[in-house]
Amino acid sequence: MSRHTLSVLVENKPGVLARVAGLFSRRGFNIDSLAVGETESKEVSRITIVVNVADSPLEQVTKQLNKLVNVLKIVELDPAESVQRELLLVKVRAERAVRAQVMETVNLFRARVVDVAPDTLTIEATGTTDKLDALLRDLEPFGIKEMVQSGLVAIGRGSRSITATPTTTPTATPTATPTYAPTSLGPSRGSHQ
Amino acid sequence: MARPTPQLLAQRAAKRASADPVAPGPGGPRGGAPASPQTPVTGSVSLVKSLEALGVEVAFGIPGGAILPAYDPLMDSSVRHVLVRHEQGAGHAATGYAQATGRVGVCIATSGPGATNLVTPLTDAYMDSVPVVAITGQVPSGAIGSDAFQEADIGGITLPITKHNYLVQTPGEIPRVLAEAFHLASTGRPGPVLVDIPKDVLQAATTFAWPPVMDLAGYRPTLHPHGKQIAAAARLLTSAARPILYVGGGVLKAGATEGLRRLAELTGAPVTTTLMARGAFPDSHRQHLGMPGMHGTVTAVSGLQKADLIVALGARFDDRVTGRLDSFAPGAMVVHADIDPAEIGKNRHADVPIVGDARHVIDELIAAVEAEHAAGRRTDLSAWWAYLDDLRERYPLGWEEHADGTLAPQHVIKRLGEIVGPSGIYVAGVGQHQMWASQFISYEQPGTWLNSGGLGTMGYAVPAAMGAKVARPDASVWAIDGDGCFQMTNQELATCALDGIPIKVAVINNGSLGMVRQWQTLFYAERYSNTDLGTHKQRVPDFVKLAEALGCVGLRCESAEDVDATIAAAMAVNDAPVVVDFVVGRDAMVWPMVAAGTGNDEIMSARGVRPIFDDDDA
Repeated sequence: MSRHTLSVLVENKPGVLARVAGLFSRRGFNIDSLAVGETESKEVSRITIVVNVADSPLEQVTKQLNKLVNVLKIVELDPAESVQRELLLVKVRAERAVRAQVMETVNLFRARVVDVAPDTLTIEATGTTDKLDALLRDLEPFGIKEMVQSGLVAIGRGSRSITATPTTTPTATPTATPTYAPTSLGPSRGSHQ
Repeated sequence: MARPTPQLLAQRAAKRASADPVAPGPGGPRGGAPASPQTPVTGSVSLVKSLEALGVEVAFGIPGGAILPAYDPLMDSSVRHVLVRHEQGAGHAATGYAQATGRVGVCIATSGPGATNLVTPLTDAYMDSVPVVAITGQVPSGAIGSDAFQEADIGGITLPITKHNYLVQTPGEIPRVLAEAFHLASTGRPGPVLVDIPKDVLQAATTFAWPPVMDLAGYRPTLHPHGKQIAAAARLLTSAARPILYVGGGVLKAGATEGLRRLAELTGAPVTTTLMARGAFPDSHRQHLGMPGMHGTVTAVSGLQKADLIVALGARFDDRVTGRLDSFAPGAMVVHADIDPAEIGKNRHADVPIVGDARHVIDELIAAVEAEHAAGRRTDLSAWWAYLDDLRERYPLGWEEHADGTLAPQHVIKRLGEIVGPSGIYVAGVGQHQMWASQFISYEQPGTWLNSGGLGTMGYAVPAAMGAKVARPDASVWAIDGDGCFQMTNQELATCALDGIPIKVAVINNGSLGMVRQWQTLFYAERYSNTDLGTHKQRVPDFVKLAEALGCVGLRCESAEDVDATIAAAMAVNDAPVVVDFVVGRDAMVWPMVAAGTGNDEIMSARGVRPIFDDDDA
């Protein structure tokens, strides 16, 4: 089992998220994290999915995802070759006696206070999953009243773009980005002949 | 609408790559033609005009509240509508129509229960990759999500059992959605597509123009195999000592049976056709070993087990074929060709994976094998054939007559095949009779064997035979059904009787749920829990009387001497459906058998008889 970050480019149409999410649940996968948003092209949405699975079932689910008519492209983002971020909002107990200590932790993690109440502080932080886990660990002793976390979003490093107008030039998919079709199969979307 | 050829699809794909958005091309039959002027119509008229433009000849369905607007223009349409008695019948009829012709089958239902009754046939078509388009009415847009009368979220329900589905939002998109639905259903790996249309969308004013522009940016099936992979496959095929061609339904769907025959004869390799591929290669051909799998021939099962090379063409290594995967064909390299990349390597590792349409794969394999032969590379398969021929001689398919003198179901089915001949279309339900119909009828041509393979849908036979008969009215269409299956969907005989669809039904009546009973005999110490149907002991229902009540001719046959005459009597009737109640012995069993959960090497050729393989002595 290992952690994989998949960027799935889909047509921005109703019901597409249900198709993608349904495919994971139907094949018995738990999605660790999910984030959806529009891309620079309003016809295309980008779903970032983090799953914890072995390679062979992941290959099967990726191939099945590729078969969904509304899925344009799937790319796995290597953590070393990409920037990966989550957003955390957390309401922490911070009475006068400990407020300075809480602020010290906030500063240490380059987080921000976004709301102040007499006995709590609401903190916003972005970062990798590891960084946010560490922040939470440090805040825990003060007492976490409430927290909410976004799904992870990720983008490849360097100048290359995975979205390179997939709707208008569907066969011109970049080849250097890792995809799940084994090279011996060729791209599963029919662009290799 | 003819199924687009791979060449056509390739052209279409090329066109799509160069120009986007695209016209539907010949998928809508008038590709390249200038769009007709915008005609003011209602959504319903647009729907019916779209079906006409797509070349639909017939649709099977039942009207109801939400779909009602569509049925008004349908009355004046060139599309024939067959009024079925249950929506499940409409779905299976569309499947039978598609399986017999390769064209898209169409079924229509209303919202709610009408739509949910399509769930079984759609799942069936999904599992067997059959091109079907289902059109369902939906409650008006404003009522969606309010638990309105006859509302069901059929889009959500059919998400995992359709290749794709649509909820039409505006009347303007009806032509495009229909064109896309037919294109998706019939190309790539075929499958069912559902189009759900709210009642207000059907009633609203819109304009109709054809052809529409399709918008399928994410759909690009691979048709042409990779040259390198074909070369690798041909090298293996000409160097293997014990090769076997493992042929699945994909070969039939691609219309590749002629090529398959040439490839088989060129390589001299043995051929095994799966339950979904019966008819893809003539049963009378010397190189045909029969069906593989749980009830396959000893020769075909052993041929796969002992092979050093399996060339899988449009087959998917289903569990009914492989038995226990960890002991399946342990010494074989695998070339796996399929149009669906997700099938390759799913169950069994593929040494040479090939993604492509079976017709292209086979044609290109032939050229590559010829090149290998020209270079002097080919192997002598005589030792392999000696092994297989010996098995074939020692373990032919057969049965033992029962001491109690009851009619052997295998005899009935064998005689039926011999009398009706290879031009007949045989449509089976699910169970013992299905296996016997696959084993004891000789299939020589594609499109002559229809059954529910993947889902195993009891009740498939009668409505699917109805669809096949509508598609090919000149063919003799026989449903071979069990007494259990027959009682699930025989209401469609009323449709057949009234709509001039004279199918014939051979009810192989053993008074019980035969396959389940066989398992109870073998694995549950002969404790027959809930498998006696009373169709013997109490003769309820009386199938002859039931047939007559449904407007059919009813016949009964209870002894071997009467079998031929009864079949002849049934064949003589052409103006009404015929039901023959063949009362057969209930203890007959399907052999050979690889018990569920065991390996293929554990095949039993008859009860308590394990074949003797040469290498057993070792």
